[in-house]
Amino acid sequence: MEGRVRVVVDPAGHLFPVSVAAPGSMGRTGFWRTQRPVVDEARCTGCYLCWLYCPEDVIEMVEGAGPRGQDVPRIDYEYCKGCGVCATVCPVNAIQMVDEEQFILRSLVREG
Amino acid sequence: MASAAEARAAAGGGAVPLRGNEAVAYAVKLARVQVVAAYPITPQTIIVEKIDELIASGEMDADMIHVESEHSALAATYGAAVGGVRAFTATASHGLAYMYEMLWWTAASRVPVVMAVVTRAIGPPWNIHVEHADIMSTRDTGWLVSIAENNQEALDLTIMMFRVTEDPRVYLPGIVGLDGFILSHTVEPVEIPSQEIVDEFLPPRRQPYTIEPGKPIAMGNIMPDEVFEKHRMDMHSSNRAARRVIEEAGREYGRLTGRDYSSLIDCYRCSDADHLIVGTGSWIGDAKIAVDMLREKGLRFGVARLRWLRPFPWDELREIGLSKKLVVVLDRSLSLGHAGPLFLEVSSALEAKPSMVGVAAGIGGVDVSYSDIARIAEEAHRLHEEQGHVYVPLLWYHLGEFYPMSPGPLGHRLPQMPRTPLEER
Repeated sequence: MEGRVRVVVDPAGHLFPVSVAAPGSMGRTGFWRTQRPVVDEARCTGCYLCWLYCPEDVIEMVEGAGPRGQDVPRIDYEYCKGCGVCATVCPVNAIQMVDEEQFILRSLVREG
Repeated sequence: MASAAEARAAAGGGAVPLRGNEAVAYAVKLARVQVVAAYPITPQTIIVEKIDELIASGEMDADMIHVESEHSALAATYGAAVGGVRAFTATASHGLAYMYEMLWWTAASRVPVVMAVVTRAIGPPWNIHVEHADIMSTRDTGWLVSIAENNQEALDLTIMMFRVTEDPRVYLPGIVGLDGFILSHTVEPVEIPSQEIVDEFLPPRRQPYTIEPGKPIAMGNIMPDEVFEKHRMDMHSSNRAARRVIEEAGREYGRLTGRDYSSLIDCYRCSDADHLIVGTGSWIGDAKIAVDMLREKGLRFGVARLRWLRPFPWDELREIGLSKKLVVVLDRSLSLGHAGPLFLEVSSALEAKPSMVGVAAGIGGVDVSYSDIARIAEEAHRLHEEQGHVYVPLLWYHLGEFYPMSPGPLGHRLPQMPRTPLEER
């Protein structure tokens, strides 16, 4: 984890509370998540509201990747904290918040 | 409008009568400070007014930011300093309390900034007079803390503080304390050094990093706890290292102006003394007169005035104090429920080897004269003579009477005190 932090140190060896932006400075914050946003690409209209509102900047819009050729969100679950803002702002209810633990258990079962 | 005498002095021509606050303002001008942000509060206001005046008359080339609070005053000063300019602010009492959060931000960001704290009691009851409760609250923040004895020293320490705080071995902000009204509003003759001398003494501003457009950095972001702890260790080391930097700067200042500040402690008749009075601030000037009086009575007292509280002058104090028979520490503020902060610090440095008596006095600006200080020293000496080695954390001196109030067995009650004229039941 420390390898990702770029702390600024000067020639005299002082350590400053200053860092250069790098993903993951505080580790994989996705672990904090208890609710997981799951995107229903069939309902998504590609309006970008979730992308705009995401406070963690973990939503990327992938151009033309939707079933109707529309742009759709890809969520970086490594860093998504599960705040639910995207699900709240989605005008067509294309993002559902599901219980993270249930989700993991179900995917384990699916993978056998 | 600057008087003719001030104008002459500003050109480097001898001593002029100045209030302590004006002396600080001139120091800020001579240090070529470029940004000042402040909010007025008694007894600091004159500093800001005088700086405003110097800017308005064209004598000083700086921007003054009038802010809506002290929290913003230090925030703006800090912001300007991070931007790369020499910046200054001044406050007192409630103002300092209000900006307390920003003290931590500034110090831990390692940004050199200089602030004057005009010492004053913190209410309620409302009180604008001298006390050290405000400045003592800054001791744990990482700032360097110095306290002047007189107006000359207030000017000199302010100029020096820029050099010390901007030294790469330090990179911490610094406070110059001066006692409210006793110095801030009292006129004394002050020598103003010439601009050439100050320019020779003060190198161009140095600082560890700046914020620049187009080069984004994150300041004060979350870091792993381990990094945080290392950061604090570095701050502590730098604060300690400031001692050497102060000695060097003080010696150089002495070479240029004839006023040497190479020692963190100002000693008066220390070396041949049996006993010491230790304290900080303007009233320790009065303690010097008290010592002369005590010596005439055959009590060989000396004075060790702490010019710096952070870094704490540990070695100097031990060298002066360890061999003494009795050390009396004067505190003008109190850690309520324990004892005076200076007493606690001084007795730890001296390992309580001498007899130690801590005396709180002058709280809330109650007047303490040199004869009061002589009386305090005599009382401490009496205890020491009668009981042998004594360790008394808190003897409270109030209007000529002594009230033993050390932390100790419970059940101790405030003794009956005479009523002051305004008190009513």
